[in-house]
Formats: sequence, structure tokens, C-alpha cells
Amino acid sequence: MREFGYQRATDVSGAVALLDADPHARFLGGGTNLVDLMKSGVERPARLVDVTALPLDRIEPTDDGGLRIGATVTNSDLAAHPLVRHRYPALTQAVLAGASGQLRNMATVGGNLLQRTRCAYFTDVTGPCNKREPGSGCPAARGEHHNHAILGASDHCVAVHPSDMGVALTAFDAVVSYETADGPGELPLADFYLPVGDTPHRETALPPGALITGVTLPPVPAAAHSRYRKVRERASYAFAIGSVAAALDVRDGVVRDARLALGAVASRPWRARAAERVLTGAAADAATFGAAADAELAAARPLPRNGYKVTLMRNLIVAVLTELAGPTRPAGPAQEAAR
Amino acid sequence: MTTTTTSTRTPAEPKGSVGSAHTRVEGRDKVTGTARYAGDIPFADLAYGWLVLSTVARGRVSSVETAPVLEMPGVLEVLHHGNAPRVDRDFNGLMGVPPDPTTGLFQDDRVPHMGWPVALVVAETPEQAREAAETLVVNYEAEPHDVDFSGARPDAYALDGHMPAVTEKGDLEEQLAASAVVVDAEYTTPEEHHSMMEPHAATARWDGGRLDVLDSNQGATWVQNDLAKLFSLDPGAVRVRSEHIGGGFGSKGLRAHQVAAVMAATVLQRPVRVTMTRRQMFSLAGYRSPTTQRVRLGADADGRLRALEHDSLNLTSSVHEYVEPSAGVARVMYDADAHRTVNRVVRLDVPTPTWMRAPGEAPGSFALESALDELAEKCGIDPIELRVRNDPERGPVSGLPFAGRNLVACFREGARRFGWADRDPRPGLRRDGRWLLGTGTAAASFFAGAGPSTARVTAEADGTFTVRIAASDLGTGARTALALVAADALGVPADRIRMHIGDSDFGPAMIAGGSMGTRSWAWAITAAAGELRERLALSGDVPPEGITVRSDTTEAVRALAQKERHSFGAQFAEVAVDPATGEVRVRRMLGIFAAGRIINPLTARSQLVGGMIWGISMALHEEAVRDSGSGGLVGADLAGYHVAANADVALVEADWIDDPDPEDPVGIKGIGEVGIVGAAAAIANAVWHATGVRHRHLPIRPDRVLLAGTATGTDTGGGADA
Amino acid sequence: MAPSPSPSSTPTRSTLTLRVNGEEHTLSVDHRTTLLDALRERLDLTGTKKGCDQGQCGACTVLLDGRRAVSCLQLAVAAEGREVTTIEGMAEDDRLHPVQQAFLDLDGYQCGYCTPGQICSAVAVIEEHAAGWPSAVTEDVRPEAGPPPLTAEEIRERMSGNLCRCGAYVSIVQAVARAAGTGAGRPAEGAESTEAAA
Repeated sequence: MREFGYQRATDVSGAVALLDADPHARFLGGGTNLVDLMKSGVERPARLVDVTALPLDRIEPTDDGGLRIGATVTNSDLAAHPLVRHRYPALTQAVLAGASGQLRNMATVGGNLLQRTRCAYFTDVTGPCNKREPGSGCPAARGEHHNHAILGASDHCVAVHPSDMGVALTAFDAVVSYETADGPGELPLADFYLPVGDTPHRETALPPGALITGVTLPPVPAAAHSRYRKVRERASYAFAIGSVAAALDVRDGVVRDARLALGAVASRPWRARAAERVLTGAAADAATFGAAADAELAAARPLPRNGYKVTLMRNLIVAVLTELAGPTRPAGPAQEAAR
Repeated sequence: MTTTTTSTRTPAEPKGSVGSAHTRVEGRDKVTGTARYAGDIPFADLAYGWLVLSTVARGRVSSVETAPVLEMPGVLEVLHHGNAPRVDRDFNGLMGVPPDPTTGLFQDDRVPHMGWPVALVVAETPEQAREAAETLVVNYEAEPHDVDFSGARPDAYALDGHMPAVTEKGDLEEQLAASAVVVDAEYTTPEEHHSMMEPHAATARWDGGRLDVLDSNQGATWVQNDLAKLFSLDPGAVRVRSEHIGGGFGSKGLRAHQVAAVMAATVLQRPVRVTMTRRQMFSLAGYRSPTTQRVRLGADADGRLRALEHDSLNLTSSVHEYVEPSAGVARVMYDADAHRTVNRVVRLDVPTPTWMRAPGEAPGSFALESALDELAEKCGIDPIELRVRNDPERGPVSGLPFAGRNLVACFREGARRFGWADRDPRPGLRRDGRWLLGTGTAAASFFAGAGPSTARVTAEADGTFTVRIAASDLGTGARTALALVAADALGVPADRIRMHIGDSDFGPAMIAGGSMGTRSWAWAITAAAGELRERLALSGDVPPEGITVRSDTTEAVRALAQKERHSFGAQFAEVAVDPATGEVRVRRMLGIFAAGRIINPLTARSQLVGGMIWGISMALHEEAVRDSGSGGLVGADLAGYHVAANADVALVEADWIDDPDPEDPVGIKGIGEVGIVGAAAAIANAVWHATGVRHRHLPIRPDRVLLAGTATGTDTGGGADA
Repeated sequence: MAPSPSPSSTPTRSTLTLRVNGEEHTLSVDHRTTLLDALRERLDLTGTKKGCDQGQCGACTVLLDGRRAVSCLQLAVAAEGREVTTIEGMAEDDRLHPVQQAFLDLDGYQCGYCTPGQICSAVAVIEEHAAGWPSAVTEDVRPEAGPPPLTAEEIRERMSGNLCRCGAYVSIVQAVARAAGTGAGRPAEGAESTEAAA
């Protein structure tokens, strides 16, 4: 880790000005990803601008029935907030499925959205990686990739986005607010992450030097009946090999509204719009759910050793939708039935 | 609850300490954070060393660009093959084999594997050392490497380790042909890492002409002896201390960090600490080799074995021959008219594997005990009954009598408590919501031995007693167990005993390894304490300096008759499998062990349960993946290498039956390793019972379960199509 | 702090005051120094352990303003102004914290290296639960469902950020349950009890 300067910003404009003045500076939130990447040599900032003291730590209801979540709200506070749990239970479930209690106390909402992939080739600076060193190659494509992307990847990068929180936010049409030296801006989360293409090192559409100030969730009545499920290689404290955030509004056996997003399948949280189109207006039954999953996964391009993810995601989508369409409230882990 | 553990006291004695539960002697220090581990001991003028590891898997170091790094703030020295002190690498260590090749670091320009130590940067602070180490440019002449391990390697060869490579009797093919039922299957286990929570750390300094090393190891006199040989020093000129150890599991012997610390302390003439980073541990700390094992069983219709073949292949490095003797387990467990076992190795451009908890038995039992379960299925015989029918009278290969083989009793007791009698043997029938449920069982065994040790016991003038022995408490509870043993041998309450361990100045002692530590040390303490007690009986007067008796068990241990000496156990597991996602959860485990006299039931239970949890971790989680292209590991950290987390472990219980070893002064056999043996097989057998599909490749990951589906094909959502 | 116009002039060290276990310590730190290294190498508070230095094991868990955090990913300079509680600050004089006592009595450890982190984490888990926080295994996270009972399953999930390679999880869960005053730690769920006679 190289030596670096450190400054604690006390207001948003000051923070943005500090970063604007120094192209080698980074914002420091909880540090759970950035400090780790600095230790492994992936990130070598000359200066850190600590934004955790900024007044962006509030969760407030919006007038239209949504929520505005400050960028420095910790993952723990987000998950525990009564309005989040009441209006968007899948968001709480997603956040709680990530990392550990310690890390959730440190990690911020803004930092979570900007966290880097956990592809092991990306974090190992002794080897090539197009995301870390553009043009150096992608050893994952031919190497160990059983937890890599099946959707939206390219020959240049097959890494997946590691966020759980982002999957739920994506399902619920969250909008990211940011501040730059030129003023504020907004980006729907659906447009926040750039396609991989041949520029996997360019990950978001944020302007250079932008500071994420918050995330706004619009009112999503269906989200009150929502669910996040995550499959991983141990029962806790591990990244997903596949996850689903879903909300379903079923009336008289017909799907009125459906929200579906997938995790650990692409370079970004994957909004399953093709599946949603199949679901909306259709009968809430197994055939519809299977057809919805198939519609989304038709675009899947699995790698030689991660084809199982297509099956996994199909099963997981059907299981979560079935559960949400069931006669009872969203059930807990012990009550899920995969039928 | 089984209370038989308390019934093994010598009848003539009043109620002693051995056999009743005692919290750890050092417990308060551990829960308050005051227990000092190797990296916790402060020194004035301490310098920090940071190892630099090779980034090629084979080749030569062509140059090390030290000049820019030596200019960096705080940097004191850069050691590498061009300037490091010379060491003697040509010797057999205290364990009778050459030391790990990485202890001969910086002696030449060869790079035999990815992660070979090529330099040590020493600086005033850890931050400076780290940055300088990351900045140091090392140039290589890379050569093509070969790291691909598979059962089809034509260059594999049979190799003796601490046991012969091959044992053979009878005509295998003839007996297989005559068998009514045959099982022929290949099983694989992956590369596994010890991953103890405390990284290897050592501080070295010269103190009044003596080399003083504060270390975390499994044998202070072992590291002392090997360091002395390496640096051509008189053993008396080397002192190694290791008071608290944050886990070892076979990995904590002499390794690169102690040697590098001694080199730097010698060059700089100030204390130097070298700590492995977690990532470095995946190259420098040893590991369990992957194995490919083929088991062939032939049996009569009633399950009696006619043929047994167990062939195991592991990898080793190009610079050291290490055998993971997985086929050895068959030499103990089951007899057959034709019986053949082989341990083979293949040399690759990889780091050197080493002992890891139950070397041989852990992977070997997965293969053999899975195959037994397959045989039971094919014969239509209960898996426990199959093992009872094939329980040998004498060592299947040695022909020697067993010094106690209470395996069947373990199965009977375990079956009763686990509820085995109610089990429907048919697979794929039980469901709880999205989960398919199944149960499985497997046998466990581990060698029970002892090694020579010396101990000193002192009667103090104040009526207390001090025990000094170069024992290591890796978390096993040895310190506490030995205090209980000493108390009973002296006929005093345990709170009159003061334990001093982990110091090579206490004289030679067995290492904490092979499940032999506590037994070997207890033997020496019992001998010294017994003599001291006799002396005190003659004269009750204790002078101010106390009365000290020293023991040496070398002769007594050597006098042990040749027998098959082992601990045994029966493992039971209940699993839940979600066929839609491939998730597997272990709902409960029970292990019943016949493992000698249990000294401290509280800590013994912890150790046995811990071994069983290693079995869960081995069955479901652990797997280090090597990249063919780079020759290095992918995801060499604790996020990439999964060990079981708390949420993976539900109800795990261990208990034991009365099984004292009559030929041991205390009745001990050893419990450090038997807990993991058979555990992964019991879980894999339970997964079969849940799904109807055999999983012969560990770990049983969600993708493997998903792709394998279920025997009935239901609920998988088309699992076979990917 | 005032913005610095020139990156090259940015200092790479700061003098700061850390408040640890109620005591203030003023020290000059390299900005690269983590809270973990500051505690261990500068303040001789070595009870906080370094297991991975990457936020992947939990051995370095401390409390920051009463909440658990991994000190290996917390820069010391960014911890100024916060109340740090380490394992050394858990006991009151000679009286162990109930969580410490439970770990000792129930053998909730083996090698002891992860133990300070486990204990700090457990103290926080009990408080998080008391505050009504749900977990990933909570059946219904909605506030109207009420706070989840602190079952063994809840403890396991909440303690999963602290790896224990010795495999002391079973007694760790019992110790947390005992300290929390719930019945969750008792062996149950159909099998015979082999509870240790501690």
C-alpha cells in the first residue's frame, strides 16, 4: 500500500472539490472494499477523502410513498430501518444476506454500489485482468470461472457484480443521486452500470469525480410482498453463486405487477425485464413462472464450467415466484418449498 | 449421557482430577485477550520483515532490483539469494525427513513453484515493509510449468512414506471375479489448507550469544533442533518458545518465516518479526494434497469381503517427496482374501504438501467408507451390519493383534442414540419442505502412538508443584489435561499444579502431532511425578529450591509391543439437500469414539466436535483451485477458500465409550485427529440417502448436486441439462 | 480539515487521538495504519488478533461506538473521534463480562485466537438482537412481525462473521445463548443431550 493523504470532508461540496482537485484521490466510505483493494495493490490512491462524516446518513420517506436513502447510511441501518422492512422487505433480506454483521456496520450504501468484483483474477495483481489492466487479458474466461457471468458478459471480462443490496435496489427501480463540481445529477440504477463490452474497467456511468449522495426508491406497492433468496457455497458469510430479488402482486390468480432481478450472474445486478414481461398479466402458476425464467435465461451464454447457473437461476426464479404467489405471506428460509 | 469416562480411575486412588470436566488453565487469559501469541510479544527496536514470493511457477530469478527499495523510507535490508546468509539444507530433521524446502530459502536462484520465497524486505514499520515488498521488482527467467493433477498421470510412482507404499496379499482379480457383488469407483478430494486462524509468526533475536525465537509451532524442540541444524549452531545455542498457538493442524513446524527472521536478525543484529500474510500461507504453510483414489471391493452376497483394493494418488512438489497415505486406512479397517493397497505420488511444479489433520485417514476414509456404503446398498445390507461382518480379528495387513478395537461398540452406541434403527434404507424418500433428508454413517480410525519425551516436575517449598515440559497446546487443551494428569500422579488437587510448556529449554519432547502429543507428554509427566511422589514419601521436607525429578520415556516407549494401535469411532450424519439449488446442510452429527481414556471431558468433547466440523467443512466447502495457466491458486484467501462458518454447523455431538489403553500409564490413546476421519463419508453417504445419487468428488458443492440431480429425477427442474 | 490544493504536499501522516476502552491515546500514525495495527503495534493492545487482514475472518472484531466492526479494514486515522472498545475493555476490573464468563465456562474456544473477536462480536449480537434487528434467517423481517427470538439458528447466522477453524461453533452458540439469557444454547432438536458438566 503506497502512502496517501487523508482528509475528512464535512460537507458535500467540499468533498467533491477535494476529489475534483486530485485525479488520484478516492472517496472513502466504510472502507470494507477500498481498504482491502489497497492492501492487495489493486487500488493505489494518493489521497482518501473520508465521506463518512457527511450529513448523508438519513433514511426518509418521500412524499409519494418511496424512500430516500443517504449514501453514508450503513448497510446495518438500512436493513434494520422499519420503513425499509415494511415497504421493501426484500431489500432488508438482501442486505442481511451480504457479508457479516461487522462488515454491514461499516459498509455504506454508496460504497456498496461501487464495490468491485470479487473475481479472484481481478484481486490478484500478479496476473493479467482486463478490468484491472485494460488489454492484459482475461484468464478467468479459460480458467476457474464456475462462479462467473452467464448474462451480459464479453470476451473481455466475465466477472460478476458481488452486491446483494444492489439486486434488490435494481428490482425496485432505485435512482442514484450524485453530486459533481458541476452540480447534482441522477441515474436510474438500471443505467448506472455500463455494459462490459471491451471496456470492463469502466464500470459505472457516474461522471468523473462524482460523489454518490443517495438512492431514491420509488413507491412500489408490490415490494411489500417481496423476497430475496441467495445461494452460496456455505450457509453464511460468502458471496452468492446466484440470487433472486422478486416482488409479486397477484390478484384473482393473475399477476398484476412483477419485479425481478438476479444477482451473481452478470457484471451488474441483472434486471429480468424479459421475465417480467411474461409474468405481467399472466396466470400466477408454475407454467408462467417457468416460462418467465426461460424467457430471461434464453440470453444466457454460459462458460464451459458455469452452465449449472442456468439451471440454478431457473429453479431459483421459479421457487421464489412460487413462494410469493402462495397463499401465505413471504415465508422464511425454513418454510420454503421448491415445488 | 455416557458417563463411562469417569470409571477408569485407578481404584486405589481417591477421586482424582482426570476424567472430570475442567475449564482451561489459560482460559481466563484467552477470554480477556491477555494470552500473548507469537506476534503479540513486544520488543524494543523490533523490525518487521515482509516476504516476497515468486510470481512464476517455475524458472530462475534473474535479478532482484534492490536499489530503489533500499531508498524507500524505513527500509533496512532486502535479503535474497544473492546476499542472504548460507544455511545447511542437507539434513533430516527431528521428524526423520528433510525439512520443508522453503526453509532453504534464498540459497539459489531456482523457483520450483508459484509462491516460492525470493526475498525478504525488512523495515522499521509493517506499513513500510509491506509497500517496499510490493514495490520490489524481481525478474525471472520463466520455464514451462506443469501443475495438472489427475488420476491418469503416467509419471505417477509408488512411494514409501512413513509406511510402505504397497501391501499385497491374495489374488485380487480372482477374488473379484468370484465376488457376487463388486464396487469399483474413483473418489477425489481437492487441495485443502489448514487455515488455522493464527498466521505463522516468528520473532528472532540474538540475546547474549544465544538465538532466541518467539514462535507459534507444534514443537519447540523440533523447531529448535531443525533451526540449529540449518544454521549449523549448537542446539544449546538456540532457544525456541511457543507459549500460545492459534491452531496448527500439522502446518506449524519449521517454515520459511522462522528462517527468514533468523537471517534478518543475524544480519541486522536486532529483533526481526516475520509474519505470513493470509495469502502467503496458501503457498508457504503447506497443505493437504489433492487425492485421486480408486477403491475396488468384491464381496459375497452376505457382504463378506473377498477383495479389497485401495489405490491412492497424491501430488508432491518437484523438490520434496511427500506421501498422503490415504490407502493406509484400508490396512487397518477391513480384511479380505485378496487385499491390496498402494500409495502413489506424482511430482508437479507446486508447493510441497504436508501433514494436515489426519493425513491419509481423512481423505482415505472418505473413499473407503463411501465405497463400503455403496457395497451395503448393492448387497441390501445395513451399512453398520456390513462393517460388523467385516470387523477383523487382527490387523488385515500386519497380522498383529489390536490393542483394543471397539469399533463395533461405537456403532452400537451411536446407532442407539442417533435413532438408526428407524432408518428406511431406501434413498430419496424423506422431505421437509424444499429439503430432501437423508442419514449416513461411516467408521473412523486413527493411529494411536507415543513418542519419547522428557519432563521435569518440581515439588516447591510452598506445597505446590511445577511441571516443565516442551509440550505445545495448539488449542487441544493439552496444558489443562497435563495438569490433571500431574495432579493425579502426585495425588494432589489440580490447583496445586503450575504448568510451563512451549519452551525448548525444557528438553526434548514429542511434538503436538499424530494425535500423540498429550499421551507422550502425560507419560513423561506421570513418570517424573511418580518418582517425585516416592521421594516425598520418604522425606516430607522440601528445601527452598524445591525437589526436581526429570524423566525420559525413550526406553519405555520403545519397549511397547508391536500391535495394531488405533482409536476408533462411528460417525453419523443427517443432511438436508435442496435439489433445486444444490444446497446441502448438515442438520445433525453424532460421533461415538473409542479413543482411550478421556482426561478432560470438557476439552476432549470440544476437540472431537471440532474434528467432526472439519469433516463438515471437508465434505461441503473446502477446495483450493489451481490455475493451469499461472500455476498458482485462484482466490487464495478466506473468502475464496471456504471453511465452515458458524451457520454451517447445527447440532454436532461427540461422545465416547470406555476404552482405556492398558499399556499406557494413563490409559490415553489420542483424540486430535480421529474426529475428522469418516465424517465426510458419513455426510456423503447421507447425501446419497437423501437424493439417491452418489457424490464421489469433494466438496459436494451446489453446482455438483444440481448437475447430478436426484435418482428419481423429481424436483430438479431439469438438472441434467446444463 | 481544509482542502489541500496540491496533492504532492498532502501529508501522509497525522497526529490523532484514539479513544480506546475509555482512555485517550495521542499518537502520530502513517495513514496506512489500520486500527488493528495501531492497537497491536502502537498501543500494545494485542488482544485484538490479525487472522486475515482482509475482512474475511472476524478475528480483529472490535466495537466502534458500540457497534462491531473489523479493525483490519478500519484506517486508524478514520477512527478518530470514535469510541473503540476491545477485548481488553470488556471485563470490569476482575469481573469478566458475562459473555467472557460463558465462553470460559462452556469451552467456547480451543486455540483462543479467534476468541477476542468472537466475544466482541457476541456482545454486539446480543445488543443488536435487543434492538430488534432481524437477520438473514429471520422468518419475517417486517417490523409488524415483531422481533425474532434469539434461537440457536439466529445466533449461528449472526455469529457467522467470525470464523473459528478449531470448530468451537457449537459451544460458542451455547455461550452466546447463556450470556443472552435465552434457552437457545441448550442442545435440543431431538437428539440426546451430552451437555458438558462444566
